[in-house]
Amino acid sequence: MAKVKHHNIPLDQIIKPENIVFKRTKLFTDNVLSYCPGCGHGVAHRLILEVLEEMGIADKTIGIAPVGCSVLAYEFMDIDMQEAAHGRAPALATGIKRTNPDKFVFAYQGDGDLAAIGTAETIHTANRGENITVIFINNGIYGMTGGQMAPTTIYGMKTSTTPYGRDPKQMGHPLKITEIVAQLPGTCYVTRQAVHTPALVRKAKKAIRKAFEYQKQNKGLSFVEIVSNCNSGWKMTPVQAVKWLEENMLPYYPLGDLKDIGLD
Amino acid sequence: MIVGAIVVDTERCKGCELCTQACPFGIISMSEDVNSKGYHYAYLADPYACTGCENCALVCPDTVITVYRMKVEEPSKAKN
Amino acid sequence: MGEILLMKGNEALAEAIIRAGADAYFGYPITPQSEVMEYLAAAKPEERTGMVLLQAESELAAINMLYGAGATGKKVITSSSSPGISLMQEGISYMAGAEIPAVIVNVVRGGPGLGTIQPAQSDYFQATKGGGHGDYHLLVLAPNSVQEMADFVPLAFDLAFKYRNPVMILSDGLIGQMMEKVELFDPIPRWTDEYIREHHGSWATIGKTPDRERNIITSLDLVPERMEKHNLHLKEKYDQMEREEVRYEEISTEDAEYLFVAYGSSSRIAMKAVKLAREEGIKVGLLRPITLFPFPKKPLERLADQVKGILTVELSLGQMVEDVKLAVNCRIPVEHYGRVGGMIPTPEEVVEALKTKIINR
Ligand SMILES: Cc1ncc(C[n+]2csc(CCOP(=O)(O)OP(=O)(O)O)c2C)c(N)n1
Ligand code: SF4
Ligand code: SF4
Repeated sequence: MAKVKHHNIPLDQIIKPENIVFKRTKLFTDNVLSYCPGCGHGVAHRLILEVLEEMGIADKTIGIAPVGCSVLAYEFMDIDMQEAAHGRAPALATGIKRTNPDKFVFAYQGDGDLAAIGTAETIHTANRGENITVIFINNGIYGMTGGQMAPTTIYGMKTSTTPYGRDPKQMGHPLKITEIVAQLPGTCYVTRQAVHTPALVRKAKKAIRKAFEYQKQNKGLSFVEIVSNCNSGWKMTPVQAVKWLEENMLPYYPLGDLKDIGLD
Repeated sequence: MIVGAIVVDTERCKGCELCTQACPFGIISMSEDVNSKGYHYAYLADPYACTGCENCALVCPDTVITVYRMKVEEPSKAKN
Repeated sequence: MGEILLMKGNEALAEAIIRAGADAYFGYPITPQSEVMEYLAAAKPEERTGMVLLQAESELAAINMLYGAGATGKKVITSSSSPGISLMQEGISYMAGAEIPAVIVNVVRGGPGLGTIQPAQSDYFQATKGGGHGDYHLLVLAPNSVQEMADFVPLAFDLAFKYRNPVMILSDGLIGQMMEKVELFDPIPRWTDEYIREHHGSWATIGKTPDRERNIITSLDLVPERMEKHNLHLKEKYDQMEREEVRYEEISTEDAEYLFVAYGSSSRIAMKAVKLAREEGIKVGLLRPITLFPFPKKPLERLADQVKGILTVELSLGQMVEDVKLAVNCRIPVEHYGRVGGMIPTPEEVVEALKTKIINR
């Protein structure tokens, strides 16, 4: 813990509009996020919106909300959005981008959505090199339906459908889909990030910014995985979940860029 | 020196406590009181120590923290 | 009017797609309609009109590409055959719920399952009663000639946008593969982005500008009161279709004592059967539904006052016959005659069936 240094400036001198250094982006609607306390979806939403605002492209962006906890993402993002069937967001994105090449398109997907039911769409959209951005929230579980095993559930992890822990003999192995996506020549930028500490949030935002910059330059599919927490599904407090994520998820899903072909 | 302050939108705070962990000075606490949704909300327990580093706001999943920061002359210099 | 060419039904459909000013075709190969995408690929639509052509990884992907592009106000179309259309049902249901205009062509083959690549009309229920989950309908057009394979494409687009609802062209392997003379309509230019903004900007997801609220395309609403209202709104559209879009053709019905009801390829067989029967002195006419949803109930009600019995002719075990029975409400005998599995009845068989099932029953 850093050393505290006190000052005696009256707070009303500090709390003035001209001194604001961080505030909620205007691209958020007024609706209260429907996510559980401490859920990483909220930070991921914010980072996308901040990037759209900073790049000045919100009026040219079409977002896709998936089936999953973020199915209502369009309630929170003040941009044009489409809601997709479970797993199909990349196909929607393909349809939008092919017919509207001057627009920015992103698909926001959970691990069940992207790496189980939608695996074919994920792989083929990436392989075609569609000029879109995929934001992939990997919380190792099916949040919305009540904490069942996801393709990304790590070895031994307890979920409602693996109550004794994921046994690879029976349930196979946690799927590193991001590593697969990075192999595909259609992708330009593939990275794995997290958002549970301030430093990681800053990094993740840079990565999302870069992903949209790649889209601007028509370089192919840019893909940002965010290793996130699902406190409800994991049956932990947010603070415990963040610690568990550090100790258990990150060793299996190490953070960092998997591919970066270079911006112009 | 840099001084700061945060304002928590207490009605929208969900009491997850992640901001309390993110604060490098450990000066954010959770209220005894609850908001209308029943959550204990975060507040700046040691208001004259905040530097406005934004760390709490960055990790807040509900983006309910607004951060203020300003530069002031060092108190020692001000005395000169 | 345009050129007169000798074409396969599937080719005429493909050429009509480009000429109708479509913005995109997304599809996946399947017999008996693979010529559609093959024709499009050879015709270089990107050069002719700027139309997007993309072979998807599955029908599942294709229908969802339609969803995404259609939700931006673009004119989008796909074609497939029965097994592929089954795979699309999830997407079609979502599109009906989210009110996305698009055209889906089913060149029907025999089923169930992988079935056969030969023609059939056994997807009538799937096409007209919804097909996927939920309370919804597609507007269904049934061409019976190569000419209509072409002409129904722009018509289907008009209807899809009029109602913001998916429209199905329900063809079959016979019409798709058959060669006939076709007079092609003159090309219709693709819509500009300005046109789309002006005419569909109130709902299409084309980027939220500060002058309006955001547009949301979704079929989800967790509030029961609102979801019921949405379903009733959809119902109102289907009712309007019933009032405004019923299309049918009557052949030799003025003096008819008996009636065939048949659509698509079987209407061609029934037409021949009308001729044969009349040569024998049997006064029979034909009602050909052109829209299968909305179904021509009123003309059937009227004809039920005039004729003594109705025989439906379908390449199925009897699907449309149920709608005919509902329309005439048990006032006169209604029977079905059909062949399945890719078998096509002869006109003689149909006349014989009229005699045994209706006249001498
Ligand atoms: C076709 C279909 N199958 C199943 C479901 C039920 N379902 C809703 S969300 C979900 C899992 C979502 O998990 P994930 O993608 O990991 O997102 P999260 O909720 O964890 O954010 C499932 C299986 C559905 N809506 N549609
Ligand atoms: S269930 Fe999990 S993923 Fe869903 S909102 Fe809650 S914490 Fe987030
Ligand atoms: S991180 Fe945000 S929601 Fe969580 S306790 Fe702090 S202020 Fe409240």
